[in-house]
Amino acid sequence: MLEALNLVVEVNNKIVINDVSIKVETGSITALMGPNGSGKTSLVYAIMGHPSYRILKGSILIDGLDYTFKPTHERALAGLFLVFQNPIELPGVSLESLIRSAVNKRLGKNDLLEHVPGLPDRILGEAKLIGLKEELVTRDLNIGFSGGERKRSEILQARVLKPKYLILDEPDSGLDVDGVRIIADYIKEVAYSNGGVLLVTHNPTLLSYVEPGIIYVMLNGRIVAEGGLEIADKIAREGYNWLR
Amino acid sequence: MAIELSKSLEHHEIEPVEYRKEIEIKGRLSRSIVEEISRVKKEPEWMRLYRLKALEAFEKFPSPRWLPWIESIDLDEIASYYVKPAASTVSNFDELPSEIRRIYERLGLPETYAKYLAGLLTALDSENIYTAMKDLLKKLGVIMLPMEEAIQKYPDIVKKYFGRVFPYTDHKFAALHHALWSGGVFVYVPRGVKVPYPVEAFFFIGSELEGQFEHTIVVGDEGSEITFIEGCSAPRLKRHSFHDGMVELYAHKGSRINFVTVQNWSRNIVNFNNKRGIAEDGAIIEWVEGSIGSKITVTYPSTILKGRGSKTTSTVIGISNGNVIKDTGSKIIHAAPYTSSRIISKSISSNGGINIYRGLVQVNKGALNVKSYTQCDSLILDDKSSSSTYPIEHIMEKDAEVAHEATTFRITEDQLFYMTSRGLSEKEAVSLIVLGFVKDIFPKLPFEYTSMLTKVIQLEFKEIGGVG
Repeated sequence: MLEALNLVVEVNNKIVINDVSIKVETGSITALMGPNGSGKTSLVYAIMGHPSYRILKGSILIDGLDYTFKPTHERALAGLFLVFQNPIELPGVSLESLIRSAVNKRLGKNDLLEHVPGLPDRILGEAKLIGLKEELVTRDLNIGFSGGERKRSEILQARVLKPKYLILDEPDSGLDVDGVRIIADYIKEVAYSNGGVLLVTHNPTLLSYVEPGIIYVMLNGRIVAEGGLEIADKIAREGYNWLR
Repeated sequence: MAIELSKSLEHHEIEPVEYRKEIEIKGRLSRSIVEEISRVKKEPEWMRLYRLKALEAFEKFPSPRWLPWIESIDLDEIASYYVKPAASTVSNFDELPSEIRRIYERLGLPETYAKYLAGLLTALDSENIYTAMKDLLKKLGVIMLPMEEAIQKYPDIVKKYFGRVFPYTDHKFAALHHALWSGGVFVYVPRGVKVPYPVEAFFFIGSELEGQFEHTIVVGDEGSEITFIEGCSAPRLKRHSFHDGMVELYAHKGSRINFVTVQNWSRNIVNFNNKRGIAEDGAIIEWVEGSIGSKITVTYPSTILKGRGSKTTSTVIGISNGNVIKDTGSKIIHAAPYTSSRIISKSISSNGGINIYRGLVQVNKGALNVKSYTQCDSLILDDKSSSSTYPIEHIMEKDAEVAHEATTFRITEDQLFYMTSRGLSEKEAVSLIVLGFVKDIFPKLPFEYTSMLTKVIQLEFKEIGGVG
């Protein structure tokens, strides 16, 4: 289980997360909704350990172990993977070299750029499967990528690295219908193979497709509601005003 | 032909750069020391006289104002080194500084290799690949010998080129170099001979190639080709503090000389290196200058495009990690029509490191249809570090196409967060970005070399330094 307990988070001297607790169980899907600016991205950044997001109170537990003040890469190695809403451009670093380094790191290799047998084929196979142009695999990551290509590259990384806990920050934004379907299927696959999923989304279609076990709703840095799919339906019909 | 490069650098355009006062020169270098060096090396008369003339020039010349960073030079110390050459500072592997030993281990170098690098073995004769290479060069008629030996065996040909490209009259330290030179290698590639593999000279010539005042000459006769690799990317322990080496390249008509240096010396060395090549009609000179180690490196590989249609490229990589300074760049003199040049400089500054690029592109009167392109990329990893670019262009023909581009990259917190979220530590993420930043020069290097360089860079930023 991935847990945030009574989390209070500050960024630029402003409290952005205020006493938030959520639980992400393995084998199921947990969804996080909320209007723009309600703190959803702040919460996932804090869980992932972004250095600008200072945790003032509370704790983050991965499988019962305390990672509240552990660096980001240790959280990743403990099984967390964040699908970014806006994946950043990395000059000089390709999707292929990033994945190769991440795989070598997990294999305990010293030379992170060492050739990994079978990996190039694996990456190309995944690229084909999720509809990412082959040449993007060796190009500088996200530079000149369309929104949809960036999202596909995120999913490709996750599929190869096989995290235990998949965190997705609005994975459907900027994505075409086929792309949303690919992500939705992958989310279900992770949960089915006993991983945990934390899905941040506004998209009712995506939610009804993946059927989350629990939906949290955030507002002004707090969790203001939790429940089943009926919450998503109500938000789809009425917006967030009834929660204010 | 305008070859007074040191004068060119004193041009008013460069005034904003802060120069030191004159370099303080302590002690004296006597005539008898120079005579003694020549006698010990059993040199022919012409070389002895040549050294003495250089010494006179050294004494006469004013101390240069354009050599920044170096405050003083102790001639007594340099002289004593020649009188009583110290043996290697370590006598067995265990006495090596632990950080160097550890790096050798982490690089996965075979023990004989590591011992050789540490100066504990004088030759790698047992390694078959080097024997095979030596045989091949012999078969092709290529001369490749330590300079001292070449002077004994091929005096006429050495005399023809020694000091021809970089004369002692150029500046005070060129004169000092010519008076005191010792070590280095002489290479002559006969007409039409193309050496099919890069020659890693370090493993043939050994420590002599990296003397304190080593003098290296590579001559490509008409239509010949060679890639010559000087130095080694693995860290090297050096005993003397001031290094004043020289490289002269002479590319005859239609020949091609690629000269690759990767220097990773210990962090107490001042490395001042004089590198210059002349390219005749249709010849090509390619410099690759990679500078990882040393405390201060001052070197500007230069090419005089003397012949019509000659070409040159300079690829300069400076890594300043920690309290070190790399003052590098390149100088190109277009002295003939239809000549072209390309300079690519990549610098990485971190942990307070300083990188400076100084470049000169000169197009002489009468050099029509010239093309030149300079690209300076700087990667700065933290606020303590810096990078500056000082390109100078002297263009005396209107139709010259001369372009300069400079870019500066900084690594953002969000980029590091992204990469660390994939499981890489911050330092590993930085080393991956650094490697990505320099990777477009890798195709210029032989594969074994890039794989070693890759490991060295990863270690440099992963273990010793890096941010955080």
